Amino acid sequence: MWSFSHIANELHEWLSSIFNPTWTLVIEMVLAGVAVIGLFAGLGLVLVLMERRVAAWIQIRLGPNRVGPQGLLQSLADTLKLIVKEGLTPNGADKLLFNIAPFIAMIVAMLLMAPIAFAKDFQLWDMNIGVLYVSAVSSIMVISILMAGWSSNNKYSLMGAMRSGAQIVSYELSAGLSILTIVVLTGSLQISDIIHSQATGWWIFKGHLPVWIAFVTFIIAVTAETNRAPFDLAEAESELTAGFHTEYSGMKFALFFLAEYINVFIVCAIGATLFLGGWMPFHIGNLTDFNHVMDYIPSSIWFFGKTFFLIFLIMWFRWTFPRLRIDQLLNLEWKYLLPISMINLLLATAMAILGWHF
Amino acid sequence: MFIIKYIKEVYRGVKSLLVGMKRTLYYFTHHKEIITQEYPDNRDTLVMAERFKGEVVMPHNEKNEHRCTGCQACELACPNGTIKVIFKNELTPEGKKKKAIDKLVYHLELCTMCNLCVEACPSDAIKMAQTFEHSVYDRNELTKILNNPGSKIMDGVE
Repeated sequence: MWSFSHIANELHEWLSSIFNPTWTLVIEMVLAGVAVIGLFAGLGLVLVLMERRVAAWIQIRLGPNRVGPQGLLQSLADTLKLIVKEGLTPNGADKLLFNIAPFIAMIVAMLLMAPIAFAKDFQLWDMNIGVLYVSAVSSIMVISILMAGWSSNNKYSLMGAMRSGAQIVSYELSAGLSILTIVVLTGSLQISDIIHSQATGWWIFKGHLPVWIAFVTFIIAVTAETNRAPFDLAEAESELTAGFHTEYSGMKFALFFLAEYINVFIVCAIGATLFLGGWMPFHIGNLTDFNHVMDYIPSSIWFFGKTFFLIFLIMWFRWTFPRLRIDQLLNLEWKYLLPISMINLLLATAMAILGWHF
Repeated sequence: MFIIKYIKEVYRGVKSLLVGMKRTLYYFTHHKEIITQEYPDNRDTLVMAERFKGEVVMPHNEKNEHRCTGCQACELACPNGTIKVIFKNELTPEGKKKKAIDKLVYHLELCTMCNLCVEACPSDAIKMAQTFEHSVYDRNELTKILNNPGSKIMDGVE
């Protein structure tokens, strides 16, 4: 049967038959890197178009519908425009930091791709601390934003970067605690273990109340971590022009723009892995026939379906809710989300020990 | 009690957010609600809103008669000198001299479509039209004379 893991194994065997193990590893690493970059480009194009269409329909508009059939080539045309634009560096800027900041944003996004399971047995690196790795690496993102804001030598940029710092430091906590809820229930930090623990049912069904609360907190916290509305204080186009990337233009701006969408994809993939079972098909208890039908759908489709559902959820938030003020933002985290997710973690622990989940 | 107030706040907040999300999901799934006008494509079927004001015109009847008495109320009402009334003297059949308008000059390029001239007019001689494609290559074309050449005042309008 056709599957990603099958293709990967075939490729590995073919390469092994030609090269020695070291060169095979090197070639496979290069191929994986190229595949990740290709995925980035593809995701960037698809997600930008999806965001614009969703936004348009939610705001009772039509959205891009001129370039190509149904406006499908719109984001390609935009990319072309951004490539040919001049990448300006302001005179007063710290040139080195200014120019490497967008690349750090991209590198963080690339690093985060490593532990994500895209399909059954198809994963770049199944390390035993996968979840910890994700939450640790994703907080490096704030460095690129602070770097961009500081080196631009611009009041708006600095303000946006400072807000972003306060925001990400706060929301890391509740994102971490809601991830811990699942880790407590699974008893493992390894991504493949977490997915296999959901073979009998996804955690969102098996774990009932504590997992529902953790899921909602997780979605809110990652929306804040990826700097998207209603938590887009770092950009805040109506008050800070564009926040930390005010001074960026051309391809360097495009990298920030792309990194935002890649990050949205990654956090949604993590959310889908933890709460919705990753590539696990939807199974109902003892309905064998139904479960067999569900098994026929390829695991990659399950994974991307769940991820895009969560992406849609986050876009839906973005175009429904107004932006929070900075004090409201910190109130929401420290007075509501953090206490609730702490109590929720205790509840989940009790549930895991006493076996109250299904 | 503090804890009850806290839970109530969380409940109210979540509920109001859900109400908003329900509304946007309705719009997302119901594409018939879309209000976008694809303008140059739908030029033939375009329906303007009733209150839209495009330019000042002077309606004439089929005998080439208008209702303007030349009272200058519009010229006085206009905040930025868009309208100029130029007079001529006409002879009535009884041989008396009578004041009438020669030209009512309207500078479209100065007009802000504020509607004050139409409201000031005591004899309903001018009104707002709904045309909006005003771009021209020569600025002089924007200075318009509202009364048709050879037009007269309608009988019975004082």
